[in-house]
Amino acid sequence: MTADPVAAGPASRGKRRGLGTRITNQAVPILFAVLCLFGIGVAKITPPFLIGELLVRVGRNSVLVLALLIPILAGLGLNFGIVIGAMAGQLAAILVVHWGGKGIGGFGAAWVLATPLALLFGIATGMLFNKAKGREMVTGLIAGFFANGLYQLLVLFAFGSLIPFHDPGMVLPQGYGLRNTVDLTSIQYAVDDLIRLRVPLEGVETRVPVVSYAVVLAFCLFTMFFFRTKLGQQFRAMGQDPHVASIAGIPVDRNRLIATVLSTLFAAWGQLLFLQNIGTMNTYSSHEQVGMFAIAALLVSGATVTRATVGQAILGTILFHTLFIVSPLAGKALAGDAQIGEYFRVFVAYAVITVALVLHAWQVAREARE
Amino acid sequence: MSAVSGGTTAGGGGIGGRARGLVAEMGVPRLLIAGFVVALFATAVATHMDLGSLVTDSIVRVARNGILVLALLPAIQGGVGLNFGLPLGVICGLIGCVYVLNAGIGGVAGLAAATGIGVALAIPVGIGYGWLLNRTRGQEMMVGTYLGFAAVSGMSIFWLLAPFTNPTLVWAIGGKGLRTTLAMPLDSTKVLDRWLQFTVAGVTFPTGAMLAFLGLCALVSWFFRTQMGITIAAARSNPRFARAAGISDERTRVQATVLSTVLAAIGIVIYSQSYGFVQLYTAPLLMAFPAIACILIGGASVTRATVAHVIIGTILFQSILTTALPVTSQVIEGDISETARLIIQNGMILYALTRMGGTRE
Repeated sequence: MTADPVAAGPASRGKRRGLGTRITNQAVPILFAVLCLFGIGVAKITPPFLIGELLVRVGRNSVLVLALLIPILAGLGLNFGIVIGAMAGQLAAILVVHWGGKGIGGFGAAWVLATPLALLFGIATGMLFNKAKGREMVTGLIAGFFANGLYQLLVLFAFGSLIPFHDPGMVLPQGYGLRNTVDLTSIQYAVDDLIRLRVPLEGVETRVPVVSYAVVLAFCLFTMFFFRTKLGQQFRAMGQDPHVASIAGIPVDRNRLIATVLSTLFAAWGQLLFLQNIGTMNTYSSHEQVGMFAIAALLVSGATVTRATVGQAILGTILFHTLFIVSPLAGKALAGDAQIGEYFRVFVAYAVITVALVLHAWQVAREARE
Repeated sequence: MSAVSGGTTAGGGGIGGRARGLVAEMGVPRLLIAGFVVALFATAVATHMDLGSLVTDSIVRVARNGILVLALLPAIQGGVGLNFGLPLGVICGLIGCVYVLNAGIGGVAGLAAATGIGVALAIPVGIGYGWLLNRTRGQEMMVGTYLGFAAVSGMSIFWLLAPFTNPTLVWAIGGKGLRTTLAMPLDSTKVLDRWLQFTVAGVTFPTGAMLAFLGLCALVSWFFRTQMGITIAAARSNPRFARAAGISDERTRVQATVLSTVLAAIGIVIYSQSYGFVQLYTAPLLMAFPAIACILIGGASVTRATVAHVIIGTILFQSILTTALPVTSQVIEGDISETARLIIQNGMILYALTRMGGTRE
């Protein structure tokens, strides 16, 4: 899983990269691992339990984290707009459940249905990013909130009133608007259990989602392959210096659009993979924190706003979700209150993103001054 | 959304060239929103709703939220841009409120003490925040947003562990950890709103809170006419020229950030007394966004804002938030106001972000 660095930022950075940044790149994952080990020790978590939990969580979250890599390569920074891709996945899931799709066939239909939606949403987001160059991250964040409003307007008000959608099991008693949860049991484990594999871990039969991991691996390989294509090289050049890239004849605006579309598409597919494992969907909130958790997961590996690898995406997912499993249990063991652990892990997610943003902005500002 | 388009045609069409000039001057989103407000009130009149209570609620909400919107002005004028880190100041004010409630200081004294503590905390916090923003130029919005998020979630742990003992504040079970929403005692609730309160034609006017809002507006307006204020604005509009004149824009940006953070601390104290509750934990997380939408709707840009923008924007946006729920529930079932808020608020911020111009590349 060791891939080339996605982008090295301005060429001069390699030499002059500050000592602070170099230490933090390694320090963040190490600190995180220490924190996790401390929590495991305090809460007396057994390895089989941790492995079982991680197996599930890494399998269902990795694609969402991988969705962040291509925009980073193209110099767009962290794509907070992947929330919009997740919405495309959810709309597809809603329709497939409504039409009675089941098992892998239903999941496949959702996957196919999500594709044109995600393409459309990705193009819209990409055009927005092209209008707000240099502010893609904050624009992506706000675009996610804005799209959430449109999503609510569609799902909570238009479904069943403007759009014919009659399904007493899914629609609110008032006759329009979807219920708070959509039952996805008909497609649950469609991918995870396509090849059934159970491994006994300390006497407990543990599901090993072989096919899901194959899908994750496919996304990893595609991303690594993409980095080596001509388009991938163009993205890298853009990420290093968009001005020079544009003079060299690279269609910067078009490529930025493609990067955003790919990321949105990955996010839609990733969200579907996530939902088929969970088996139930919070209609109005399942997508909301996708961006924050994926981004925090990527950053704990030591990835930065301008530089992230496939290996870091996977390492980050493992570390971040270890903390997610451990921190409520450790909170309970330490302070007798699981709530503290839950606040703590949210705090860690935000703090990791803040530190990464500050380091990035600090570096850019210093380079601008020099 | 049909109400929105209906409002525009009613407000903007018909007069041709002059209307086009007006559109260009005010901007399409602002006209849409003004049209939406008009449409909401027109619907209220058409369906024979109690207009007095609608107007009263709108005025109360303007006075309640106004100072939080005003808090954004110094940051914009100081060149820091939209202060997404508003929750940092809000937390300072909340600590003041919680301290006062815990100590059982009620009435005007409690209000003053909460404000005092909030301001005292907001000054060092603002200095630190401003210092960080100076080192992360060009990414102030993102850094501010996530610094605010991190501070709010970090404070959640503090609220849970802090050694407050007053039984009216902590969870009944277990006896520790502050509750998510603290009710203000009766003598503190609306202590400002009730001052000189009067009722005209079914409209109750929260004089004290409104005076506090307008008074602070006047104060900020005056401040930007003093030498310090002029220096801050000058450093923003032309940093190089300012440096030649011996003004360090690093220094003025910190001053602007401190002022913004202090106003946010005062703002949340006024907000809480008017609301009657102190909201802790994740409540301040997203508070910056509606405030930013207000000032943008009022006509501010990322680089320029006036007190008039603050007042107009707060009136427009808070009127929508107040009237959308009761009015639309007359027409359709269900609560569309939250959805409308998300779309208007974030649409407005997106519009401003795409029109900033001048990329950093």
